[in-house]
Amino acid sequence: MARMKFVCDSERCIECNGCVTACKNEHEVPWGVSRRRVVTLNDGVPGERSVSVACMHCTDAPCMAVCPVDCFYQTDEGVVLHDKDLCIGCGYCFYACPFGAPQFPQGGAFGMRGKMDKCTFCAGGPEADNSAEEFKKYGRNRLAEGKLPLCAEMCSTKALLGGDGQVLSDIIRDRVIKRGKGADMVGWGTAYGKEGGKS
Amino acid sequence: MALTRKSGASQATRANRLSRSVADMQPRTMDRRTFLKRSGVTVGAGAAVSAIASQLPFAMMGKAEAADPAAGGKIEVKRTVCTHCSVGCAIDAEVQNGVWIGQEPVFDSPLNLGAHCAKGAAIREHGHGEGRLKYPMKLVNGKYQKISWDVALNEISARMLEMRKTDGPDSVYFIGSSKHSNEQAYLMRKFVSMWGTNNCDHQARICHSTTVAGVANTWGYGAMTNSYNDMQNSKAMLFIGSNAAEAHPVSMLHTLHAKENGAKMIVVDPRFTRTAAKADQYVRIRSGSDIAFLFGVVYHIFKNGWEDKKYINDRVYGMEKVREDIMAKWTPDKVLDVCGVPEAEVLKVAETMAKNKPSTIVWCMGQTQHTIGNAFVRASCILQLTLGNIGVSGGGANIYRGHDNVQGATDIGPNPDSLPGYYGIAAGSWKHWCAVWEADYEWLKKQFVSQAMMEKSGITVSRWIDGVLEKNELIDQDPNLKAVFYWGHAPNSQSRGLEMKRAMDKLDLLVVIDPYPSATAAMAAMPPSDAKDANPNRAVYLLPAATQFETSGSATASNRSIQWREKVIEPLFEARSDHMIMYQLAEKLGFGKELVKNYKMVQGKGGMEPEPESILREVNRGTWTIGYTGQSPERLKLHMQNMHTFDVKSLRAKGGPCDGDYFGLPWPCFGTPEMKHPGTPNLYDTSKHVMEGGGNFRANFGVEKDGVNLLAEDGSHSKGADLTTGYPEFDHVLLKKLGWWDELTDAEKAKAEGKNWKTDLSGGIQRVVMKNHGCHPFGNAKARAVVWNFPDPIPQHREPLYGTRPDLVAKYPTHDDKKAFWRLPTLYKSIQQKNLEDKVAEKFPLILTSGRLVEYEGGGEETRSNPWLAELQQEAFVEINPKAANDRGIRHNDWVWLKTPTGAQLKVRAQVTERVGADTCFMPFHFSGHWQGKDMLAYYPEGAHPVVRGEAVNTATTYGYDAVTMMQETKTTICQVAKA
Repeated sequence: MARMKFVCDSERCIECNGCVTACKNEHEVPWGVSRRRVVTLNDGVPGERSVSVACMHCTDAPCMAVCPVDCFYQTDEGVVLHDKDLCIGCGYCFYACPFGAPQFPQGGAFGMRGKMDKCTFCAGGPEADNSAEEFKKYGRNRLAEGKLPLCAEMCSTKALLGGDGQVLSDIIRDRVIKRGKGADMVGWGTAYGKEGGKS
Repeated sequence: MALTRKSGASQATRANRLSRSVADMQPRTMDRRTFLKRSGVTVGAGAAVSAIASQLPFAMMGKAEAADPAAGGKIEVKRTVCTHCSVGCAIDAEVQNGVWIGQEPVFDSPLNLGAHCAKGAAIREHGHGEGRLKYPMKLVNGKYQKISWDVALNEISARMLEMRKTDGPDSVYFIGSSKHSNEQAYLMRKFVSMWGTNNCDHQARICHSTTVAGVANTWGYGAMTNSYNDMQNSKAMLFIGSNAAEAHPVSMLHTLHAKENGAKMIVVDPRFTRTAAKADQYVRIRSGSDIAFLFGVVYHIFKNGWEDKKYINDRVYGMEKVREDIMAKWTPDKVLDVCGVPEAEVLKVAETMAKNKPSTIVWCMGQTQHTIGNAFVRASCILQLTLGNIGVSGGGANIYRGHDNVQGATDIGPNPDSLPGYYGIAAGSWKHWCAVWEADYEWLKKQFVSQAMMEKSGITVSRWIDGVLEKNELIDQDPNLKAVFYWGHAPNSQSRGLEMKRAMDKLDLLVVIDPYPSATAAMAAMPPSDAKDANPNRAVYLLPAATQFETSGSATASNRSIQWREKVIEPLFEARSDHMIMYQLAEKLGFGKELVKNYKMVQGKGGMEPEPESILREVNRGTWTIGYTGQSPERLKLHMQNMHTFDVKSLRAKGGPCDGDYFGLPWPCFGTPEMKHPGTPNLYDTSKHVMEGGGNFRANFGVEKDGVNLLAEDGSHSKGADLTTGYPEFDHVLLKKLGWWDELTDAEKAKAEGKNWKTDLSGGIQRVVMKNHGCHPFGNAKARAVVWNFPDPIPQHREPLYGTRPDLVAKYPTHDDKKAFWRLPTLYKSIQQKNLEDKVAEKFPLILTSGRLVEYEGGGEETRSNPWLAELQQEAFVEINPKAANDRGIRHNDWVWLKTPTGAQLKVRAQVTERVGADTCFMPFHFSGHWQGKDMLAYYPEGAHPVVRGEAVNTATTYGYDAVTMMQETKTTICQVAKA
């Protein structure tokens, strides 16, 4: 049984936001709800790096631990999902989550009565797979169709990967070996007023 | 929690802003959509929808609902291609009951391997687009009113015919589109020709016209020499004036792959771009100083003896003169003074490029949009020729084009100086195309005012405003422009917005044909600042065009590969395909029959239209110059269905039905489709046989210049060529001299007699030369390092008209003014001198430059109408360095006024960042819908406005045009910024 994970290779992420709109498109996520977003560090200066973030589908998920109505559950593949019919929209999972994954829409299909919405790893919810009801509350269920999350499938530079953790770590290991070393940036110094051309 | 792009302090504020704007502006659109979905309403409901007949615009049906047997209908998969940039990313669209319900990545595509940027991943929204222009409209008393197609076409054509009588056909200007398919762009040039003018143009003018002219004049063809994929073979990559990570994000797939395999990546730009963030070396130059930098690099190459001496001897003309010029003029001290880069950094770039070959160069608008853009691009060519990098896999000049089909529209679309295929507009060219069109040359000539006007290049899109505003006695055609068609083109992508507004007000007829109302509609409806500028007789019409997902046809990606798009859905609302509109207008104007003579007509939504396949077959029959002859619709469709058989690195099919072909038959794909030329992956590559996509530099400039040989030296030729020395282009005389003439069939002979490789409609000359003798039909010559027919045969640095370095003007002055240049007087020195005398640089001490954001494309109305994209970039902004900001009391996220010497002022947010240097400000160019501080919402047709609006940078840009192509200067001008 696969253990589903996301990983974002910041050496490759160019902050194109393809993952963000792929998610919007696939699940028809309303304006104001961001199941996935790209965070940029050191924006506009040497060492700028971007990374795409959504629910990390933690093994020991803090959201599950703190939920007062116990609406979270984990699938056999390690995907953390929740039941919107049980959810009371209290926002306590938001406190617990280290990644800011839970979203609280103001209205619409995903946030009726202000309930929580988050990345489902394109795995839907407790309703019957690919039912109309499931789509309305959680979006599409690609895993049930034998596909992987669309954000990762559409990533412009294959920076964002989603799938079986074993496979993902093999891919990342290959890349690290190939690269051999870290960043080798010269010229920043001059551009930013330091001597010697070193950052 | 930031949803938008900027980090640090900006994040919190942006998030706040987002929540505000969510409440303010979005519910109307989004709530309706979700309401319809929830209530299960899928067919026309609600006030707006009932007026829209049979369409299902708001039915955002999910796959789940679609799979429900009650919903019914089989899911069909249509293969199409993204319309947002020139990479050519394939898309599988899932359609049910005529509704585009899902989008899947095409992992088989060798170009994008399933990858998409924000725009490509959000493309399905275009199949629903509520911000679309829904029906024909007319401006009545300052408001757009719905009218019928019949009324619109009747009124527009009546006006045109009236103008034809009073002012002649040259009074009408047609702005075509790089977003048209090849077939539509080609038909547009034919349409304009049959109307009787050369006054037509499209985005290529303001995008890569300087590249096309500069590069074609250097070595033959004005196009990207290699491909995005081929960069996987590069060992060093120099990006100068390209922000690929935002403008061509999926190309980075190949770039980063090369980098991980050890290729060195260098980015040279005034701005520390997202591309620069991925580079091994970043070099900041002053905007507009590319020649100083590039020749600084070449200086070190020569100084260290790193040039490819044999290559230069065999394949390059004039390099010795260039070398002398550079060694005298571009010593490290002068390079430092002009572009601000110290010797060690320049040397490092030279060393990286010279010692990691093959090395490639990439450029975009950063090089092209300058008054000396033609010289910038030639300096880049010279660098690559010095290193022997052209015609080499992994090397090349990888010139990234902008729109999805800007390459195709450049090749065969509406250009004011050429008929399709770069044939020019001389009498012989007209006769060639008349033969292809089966039109009578004498009849066509009578459509024009005179033969002289028929053979005179038209006005360019960058200058149509001067065609309206300039004094009549100063323009080089009889009438001023009285009518303008904006046919798939944004107005806010052209400079000098204030004057454009005045020109729009003065017109008698303005027609916008577009899927979206575009900023043109709002600008036209906005009252003039001075009421006396209003023309009471002006008529403005908006006609809804179908998108490329609502028709079929081909598009040429940047690497010259041609892909066929299947029709995904029927045109939404009352939209009609562009080729249908051309046909219907032509009918009313009296040349409908001539326009579609060779085409199969088919029923479309809204009437009969020419079948795209039959238009492409006509293109195939006529476009011999650049090899658009072998790409029959059948071959292109076969490629689209067998993408998986093509190799990602070489683009070549291994086995399968396309065995041996390169993906999309990148032009030139010479000869008839039956000759089975595989297309040309890398131009001028002598390591391959011509029938395997090999080639050499073009003989287009004679065989000698002042006694110096222009043909390739002995021994330099494409692999397996029967002629092992340089040779001129082929015509019937040369064929007879060589004794090859009798290899033509009798039928070929009949057509080829008196013709050359470009005009022989039988294709026999190309067949015999290539297939039987392994030679290149366009000859085998040297590339020209010295382009003697250009204003600066050796590229010279010249300061911009509006610059912040008046101290350099005396040493590097601009060109002299020109009198009749593309039919208009064009100023250089008089403006630069006046600015010097008026000390304009003291009042406007900051350089203003512009560029792209990943979420938007071009003028941006289409992408800013897509909520999935619009949510990510909600406000226009100016990037300003902390030092410049602090000196002006500006804090991050403040509202500021950005002012330029035109008198324009833009109200935008300050993005305080070290991304730009202390002397430079940057604005993205995709915004429109705000005009000098005011929201133009009221001037859009009701319910058809972009979700996000903001100040257009080009409202404020200044005068300045390239001395060869009339490319507008937008990358180097000046501004002042103050807290609002």
